[in-house]
Amino acid sequence: MAIEVRIPTILRSYTGGQKSVECSGATLEELFADLDGRYEGLRERLVDDSGVRRFVNVYLNDEDVRFLGGLSASVRDGDTVTVLPAVAGGAR
Amino acid sequence: MLTISAELRAKILAHARADHPDEACGVIAGPAGGNRPERFIPMLNAERSPTFYRFDSLEQLRVWREMDDRGEEPVVIYHSHTATEAYPSRTDISYASEPGAHYVLVSTREPDLEEFRSFRILDGEVTEEDVTVAPE
Repeated sequence: MAIEVRIPTILRSYTGGQKSVECSGATLEELFADLDGRYEGLRERLVDDSGVRRFVNVYLNDEDVRFLGGLSASVRDGDTVTVLPAVAGGAR
Repeated sequence: MLTISAELRAKILAHARADHPDEACGVIAGPAGGNRPERFIPMLNAERSPTFYRFDSLEQLRVWREMDDRGEEPVVIYHSHTATEAYPSRTDISYASEPGAHYVLVSTREPDLEEFRSFRILDGEVTEEDVTVAPE
């Protein structure tokens, strides 16, 4: 089972500079566990106690996983998961 | 140092004025590794707030994919403060996640004053940099 996970610039230090890695899992939760097994510490940058971190955007193909059940979203062979840190900020 | 054309600088300031009193935000893309801002991409502030901004998540995906396809990267990430100075706040610093970008801050707190400043934000540290406005 091969699911491509696209890694943003700021997290490529965890993957030895690779911008795209291959992982497996039936759900996003399993996928991230697999990802962490291969690239230790990466999961913690993506997930906290309540699920996907609030200012990390995770996409399954063209959709934001917030609308697909977050970590419980099903993933399939050939899917692409993209991670992008949210661009945010402000005076507050 | 940020080198930017007068035209692009004016576009950022105009965007900020147009969205005041909400914060305005956007990207200027340029060829990867070139450190030259070229393509102006104003973004929706999904928060529509006078004190916070956030790119709409699907718009961000589209823009980031497009930059990737075109061999570009985000050279400038800009946003405006509407009642405070054009300096990165604690929130700006904690969410800065493009280590190669020039973070441009403008302030629209004074209607007759242009405040346009640029910063690098790396590992939680802010360094202000000079802005050179290049002739056309």
